Amino acid sequence: MCALCGVLGGRGHWTESAAAPEAFASRPEQHTRARERQARTRLVNQVLGHYGLKLNDWSGGAQVLRGRTGRTALVNNLSEMWAAADDLSRQDCDPLDPDLLERLGRR
Amino acid sequence: MIPWTLICSNGWDGDSMGEFSQQTPINIITGFLGSGKTTLLKGLLQAPDLTDTAVLINEFGAVGLDHELVQNVTESTLLLDNGCLCCAVRGDLQGALRDLLSQRQSGQVPHFRRVVIETSGLADPAPIAYTLLTDPILQHHFRLGGIIATVDAVNGAEQLQRFPESVKQVAMADRLIVTKTDLVEPGQIDVLHKGLRRLNKSAQIVEVAEGEIQPAALLTDDMYDEAGRGREIEHWLAAEAGENALAHDHADRIHSFALTYPAPLDWTAFGIWMSMLLHRHGDNVLRIKGLLNVAGVPTPVLINGVQHIVHPPSHLPDWPGANRHSRIIFIVRDMEQATIEASLAAFNKLANPDAAPGQAA
Repeated sequence: MCALCGVLGGRGHWTESAAAPEAFASRPEQHTRARERQARTRLVNQVLGHYGLKLNDWSGGAQVLRGRTGRTALVNNLSEMWAAADDLSRQDCDPLDPDLLERLGRR
Repeated sequence: MIPWTLICSNGWDGDSMGEFSQQTPINIITGFLGSGKTTLLKGLLQAPDLTDTAVLINEFGAVGLDHELVQNVTESTLLLDNGCLCCAVRGDLQGALRDLLSQRQSGQVPHFRRVVIETSGLADPAPIAYTLLTDPILQHHFRLGGIIATVDAVNGAEQLQRFPESVKQVAMADRLIVTKTDLVEPGQIDVLHKGLRRLNKSAQIVEVAEGEIQPAALLTDDMYDEAGRGREIEHWLAAEAGENALAHDHADRIHSFALTYPAPLDWTAFGIWMSMLLHRHGDNVLRIKGLLNVAGVPTPVLINGVQHIVHPPSHLPDWPGANRHSRIIFIVRDMEQATIEASLAAFNKLANPDAAPGQAA
């Protein structure tokens, strides 16, 4: 596993509430893993658009990240996705980048 | 060569794999050379709550003074001699802990309910946290407990000026134990205290004179301890609330600050933001601790990260007081509060386009 990953094997990625059921147990029942994943994909694509990338469901838990040139990468969680985003976009994806924040602010 | 020394105390029991909060906690005791790590540890291990504690020592030399000092609380010793904690010893620590686990399961060593790792004086605590949270076996049996750093009241201020290792140890700690306070004037301690607080806004600072025994809670309370997590959060919220007046000196590369967000945070947007932040800047985000008001979750969600590594979120059964604002403490290097604050606000608005921007404390 990548040193940057932060994934705890067998638990799911820390960003997924399923990885910490105790912490999110009081959530309403209509909150499901699938809905959370859909919401995550929708939100993260707003960020990835800045880099010409798009994330889609693939199969099982994996998702596929696509670049403008058609290059793709399969990713299992957000940490893997950011590493792949750097690679496919040939940029350093940075949440502190003023241009990115300005774009997000226009939405 | 720096050997690992293993020291166990008595008792027998089986072993289990369970929820994160039920795993065997591992405390790290770090601190600069001569700052009193072993003296502190020796005192702590006399507490009844800590009798079933295994201790791993990373010491210089085959037979070190540290080993001599703590040997009187041991029943079994295992020497491993490879590597250096800062860079190459991660595999050794992994091996030492796997052996310890195996020996506990097979009954070769007395059962222990806690492990304390005493690092060498120059050690970086981060690789230890990394090892615990990423090893495919260890992660199911052990969890990181509190990180404790000793700081010598006599020499601590100078060491912080001269040695980046010392600064990082202080920045990553959950508790800062200022030792040898009986050897300096009170004014000197105040100066050191303010310096420590600039580096670490959330750590509990405890002042200790020579020979004083400290309560077991220094080790046992942490974010994942069922009984102690409430006290732990009270400690760091009190520290954060009491020290807002401390200005960040721009000459300090490492500094600490707190952000407060009155509106609930969207967990999905927060996870996108923080995973991206740590992917790009994890080397410089030394610690993140947070008490979050997550939209749709009535109880507070606790987050805890060490550089690139993030623990699974935890929670409190209730809010500590009437204030339900999210509070996030950052300890960063070469990063500015305003930049991080603006970034988090922008990402949180992805999920809540109409929400008011957050406010920093």
